[in-house]
Amino acid sequence: MTAFGKLIRTTAFRLTLVYLFLFGLFAASLVAYFAWTTRKLITDQITTTVDAEIAEINDIYGRRGLRGVVFTIENRALRPGANLYLVTTPAGQAVAGNVGALAPGVMSKLGWSETFYRRLDDQERSNHRALVHVTELSSGFRLLVGRDLEERRRLNKVVRSAAQWSVLIVVVLGLGGGVYAARRVLRRIDAMTGTTQRIMAGDLSGRLPVGRSGDELDRLAENLNAMLERIEALMSGMKEVSDNIAHDLKTPLTRLRNRAEEALAGASSETDYRVALERTIEESDGLIRTFNALLMIARAEAGYASGDMSDFDAAEIARDIHELYEPLAEDNALSLQVEAVAAPVRGNRELISQALANLVENAIKYGKPQSPADGDADAAAAIVRIEARRDGDQVLLSVTDHGIGIPEADRKHAIERFVRLEASRTLPGSGLGLSLASAVARLHGGELRLADADPGLRATLAIPARTGEGQASATTLEPAPA
Amino acid sequence: MLQQSPQSLSKSDSNMRLLIIEDDRESADYLVKAFREVGHVADLAGDGEEGLALAESGDYDVLVVDRMLPKRDGLSVIGSLRDKGNRTPVLILSALGQVDDRIKGLRAGGDDYLPKPYAFAELLARVEVLSRRHGGPAEETSYRVGDLELDRLSHRVTRGSEELTLQPREFRLLEYLMKHAGQVVTRTMLLENVWDYHFDPQTNVIDVHISRLRSKIDKGFDRPLLHTIRGAGYMIRDGLR
Repeated sequence: MTAFGKLIRTTAFRLTLVYLFLFGLFAASLVAYFAWTTRKLITDQITTTVDAEIAEINDIYGRRGLRGVVFTIENRALRPGANLYLVTTPAGQAVAGNVGALAPGVMSKLGWSETFYRRLDDQERSNHRALVHVTELSSGFRLLVGRDLEERRRLNKVVRSAAQWSVLIVVVLGLGGGVYAARRVLRRIDAMTGTTQRIMAGDLSGRLPVGRSGDELDRLAENLNAMLERIEALMSGMKEVSDNIAHDLKTPLTRLRNRAEEALAGASSETDYRVALERTIEESDGLIRTFNALLMIARAEAGYASGDMSDFDAAEIARDIHELYEPLAEDNALSLQVEAVAAPVRGNRELISQALANLVENAIKYGKPQSPADGDADAAAAIVRIEARRDGDQVLLSVTDHGIGIPEADRKHAIERFVRLEASRTLPGSGLGLSLASAVARLHGGELRLADADPGLRATLAIPARTGEGQASATTLEPAPA
Repeated sequence: MLQQSPQSLSKSDSNMRLLIIEDDRESADYLVKAFREVGHVADLAGDGEEGLALAESGDYDVLVVDRMLPKRDGLSVIGSLRDKGNRTPVLILSALGQVDDRIKGLRAGGDDYLPKPYAFAELLARVEVLSRRHGGPAEETSYRVGDLELDRLSHRVTRGSEELTLQPREFRLLEYLMKHAGQVVTRTMLLENVWDYHFDPQTNVIDVHISRLRSKIDKGFDRPLLHTIRGAGYMIRDGLR
């Protein structure tokens, strides 16, 4: 598109055209009204003076007869800037007056008419227009009294040229203003377009220029910038995640590949092959688990799983998970205990169970007491406690261990995907347990809190309690939804 | 009663006829071959239309249906079969492995749901359990494997003349194993059916439960009944394979 094409397509320019048209129309009608009223005024003035003169001449005719009329007219016709006079006989012969020529048929028509004429003393022989009144004196003589319309014509001319100039000025100023406004808008839009194109090309750090006027374009630019900010944050988050995925999936994939290669190259017996294949399957199972956990987090974060919500008691979940993991904890020389009181929630039972299971698995993995103290203290330290209770409008599901804990500075970091703190590198796991628990908590409108259990870690899933449950014991009218 | 000699057991299993509806040629061929190796007969359909036609005409013990198929979606194939009164057990295979996908699959008329990628042992164990459920006897009030007996009504478990004390969950675990005596039961099947969890624990939590149960029912007896099947899961049966 050419620059001009772009210009005339702008909203500002089109608006200008519309206003220009409306304003032109207004100006034209104003001038027309002015012209029409002045013309009427002049005409009225002429008719009034002509009528007065006719009445006067009629009066003279009545008193002094035709001779008196002729005498008066001859006298008046000599004055400069005089009216037009003509007296004719019944046969049409001019008797007195200053009119040399008239349009034909003017004298035979009584009353008002407009006509061309020429004065007797006019050397230019040019035609002028006049407004004349023809009356009949008694005895068939006719009297014409008229006034030249030159004045009116000149006025018309002035008005016309004024109208032309004003329309011209309006159009020129309007178009100029329109082009100015359009170009101003266009320049800013072009700047914005340039930035957005850079952003589309991949440079997410670009921001739209924001002026200081605070007008609608500035507000738009500010909002778009805020949006870009968010997109950039999301993108960098995604990049981090994909980097992590790449790392945490590629590492085991590389191991897998190396092992297969090693078996191909070096295995000498069927047993060697078998061992290599079994380890390959083990490794790929680990990969699948990691992948599933990632998908689950992604879906929980996107809010997909929220379709499958039901009402249940989080205390039951705590007891079930305790029951499932109690033998495992015992095998790891830990005592898993549960303390659960009614904690009604609405949520995805499966996801909350899994989140709690992850916390318990973490506690079993990392919850072994560090310093082997004397017997009594050791027994107290080897306890992992699952708690479920209601706290105000929240339900707290917590797992407390007395193991190595997580230093305060690392806690926020620990929730991020794939983060496995230095102390845990040697133990198996995808590094996604806390991330998943956190994603599940956020899906339910809650959060995962990590606190110091002095020593050890207390991980708490805090999610909103089911509303209306507090009054349920008092008012049993409303049946709990199934 | 489910107590059977090992010979008759393997014979009844070898008669299983399967239909695999799967569009990925390579994994379908692998499945057919793998099922054949363990003594089952498997037919193959490459798309939804063909699968539906075969399932309607053939007499299959179990259908293994991929969810995403050309021409006709797997769930729609199942729905169409169920509408026509065909109650052949269906196991859905799907790359969509999340909780809500599984629920959707089961609602559509599937009997079991296995997310991809899967271990063949897991698929085999599930298909065999489905098939037994289809043609097998109704739920018994008591199960017996060797000299181990479980009474579902009185919740009593005895081995020989000795009464065993089990925790409620141990009882349900044993009940499930005995209901499928002679069949491989995987860890995820146990987690799903005994605990009703569908997630994949990162730890050997089921193994610990099994070893506790084993110490109660097998410890002190000269013939073990609860066997670990390497790479697959567990099986309760009288005598070794």
